[in-house]
Amino acid sequence: MPDGSRRPEPDLLEVRGVTFKAGGRMLVDHIDLALRPGIVTVILGPNGAGKSLLLRLMHGLLTPASGEILMPGAGATARTRRGQAMVFQAPVLLRRSAKANIAYALKLRGVSRAERNARAITALEQAGLAHLADSPARRLSGGEQQRLALARALALEPKILFLDEPTASLDPASARAIEGVIGDTHARGVKVVLVTHDVGQAKRLAGEVVFLNRGKVTEISPAKSFFKRPESVPARQFLAGEIVE
Amino acid sequence: MSDFSSALSKALYLLISGDAALMEIIALSLQVSLSAIALATLIGLPLGSVLAVARFPGRGGVITLVNALMGLPPVVVGLIVYMLLSNAGPFGVLNLLYTPTAMLIAQTILVTPIIAALARQACEDLLEEYDEQLRSLGAGTGQIIATLLWDGRTRLLTAILAGFGRAIAEVGAVMIVGGNINHVTRTMTTAIALETSKGNLALALALGVILLALAFAVNAAVMGLSGTAERAAHA
Ligand SMILES: Nc1ncnc2c1ncn2[C@@H]1O[C@H](COP(=O)(O)OP(=O)(O)O)[C@@H](O)[C@H]1O
Ligand SMILES: [Mg+2]
Repeated sequence: MPDGSRRPEPDLLEVRGVTFKAGGRMLVDHIDLALRPGIVTVILGPNGAGKSLLLRLMHGLLTPASGEILMPGAGATARTRRGQAMVFQAPVLLRRSAKANIAYALKLRGVSRAERNARAITALEQAGLAHLADSPARRLSGGEQQRLALARALALEPKILFLDEPTASLDPASARAIEGVIGDTHARGVKVVLVTHDVGQAKRLAGEVVFLNRGKVTEISPAKSFFKRPESVPARQFLAGEIVE
Repeated sequence: MSDFSSALSKALYLLISGDAALMEIIALSLQVSLSAIALATLIGLPLGSVLAVARFPGRGGVITLVNALMGLPPVVVGLIVYMLLSNAGPFGVLNLLYTPTAMLIAQTILVTPIIAALARQACEDLLEEYDEQLRSLGAGTGQIIATLLWDGRTRLLTAILAGFGRAIAEVGAVMIVGGNINHVTRTMTTAIALETSKGNLALALALGVILLALAFAVNAAVMGLSGTAERAAHA
């Protein structure tokens, strides 16, 4: 992992003046953000702040009304999703076996049949799901399903991994298991961008915090100083439990 | 009443003895309707899945049209195909009127909208769940369609069975374009109509029993499949 003393590596993704509107409402309001490598970025904020929208915009699932999203190393369009993977709040698994779910994703990325199988098995092993390889994915428990969704995302070997409240609907033990995988993923050098409204989880995982409120970024701070002394009023209120929406 | 019971016992005898005339009629009916279903599936599944995924001007209108065509009256389909295939019609030179091929064409027209409309609905429901995930994984439109067809297979099979039920049971279209010619275009439904009008209730009833059995079998299969689909959806 790079530390502050070295020459900074280029940003992995840059959000410049991005807005998103629907129904006449400004849901994402002129956001500027740079995703630096080597640090877990947590996007924190109350429900309805626009966290999921921001993630979808960065991942190219939504097109901004204005502004641009650049991937410096990878050509300059918002549709550049190669090198990215995303895990949604509610896992979306196909009506196939656990292993076939991962193989499916690899096939879309043009991985050969023989390699798909081997990589799917490795991914399942890393997620602790090897014994469920041939089970129908949608019969797994909630925690197992989310681990499978995460394993599928990781099998694509992304440079950036977007996670949208991946533990929001899980019991504490399953949530910890997911957090463990997220930590390992970061340690392997993958850029992790995690959306959450869970302050405890943010404290456990964040390197830096992007605080979002009503579609606006109110501050971007290193995790330590954020939790000690948030700069913006909405962040302070949120940490004090005043904005719960 | 004794009419009925004597007809019923004759019907059972015809069935059990494997009466040649009866078997010929059943075979032709199955051949025509199964072929029509195969063709309608080949057209209806791609059409329905593309309608579910593609966005183009007039899409809403096309969907409304396909849905409306599900309710096409068989006699109207028969009439239109008759006019197309008759000597005066644009396809008269093909000499297809009063052949099994004419019946196949009519039933295909009747059933394709049913399969297309049900497939469209099934794929669209699934797409709502899958869309973002598949796009996130990098799937293109063709891959999304293929995925919907495979993952929606139980509901699509249900749609195909519904189409088959409609084809095998209809009488209006095959009567008009087939003409109910003995040994050539006589199907179960047209034979029932004819034999009943001649007072030959035994044969009519035997055919009725077979049709009923087929209808029950198809319905049981549909219910079994949708039960499976339901469980899969909850799993
Ligand atoms: N496609 C959409 N169309 C209209 N409004 C939307 C859409 N998606 C989200 N919203 C609204 O935008 C706001 C932010 O949504 P979201 O990003 O999901 O919030 P968060 O993830 O921070 O809880 C909410 O008020 C939500 O209702
Ligand atoms: Mg959200």
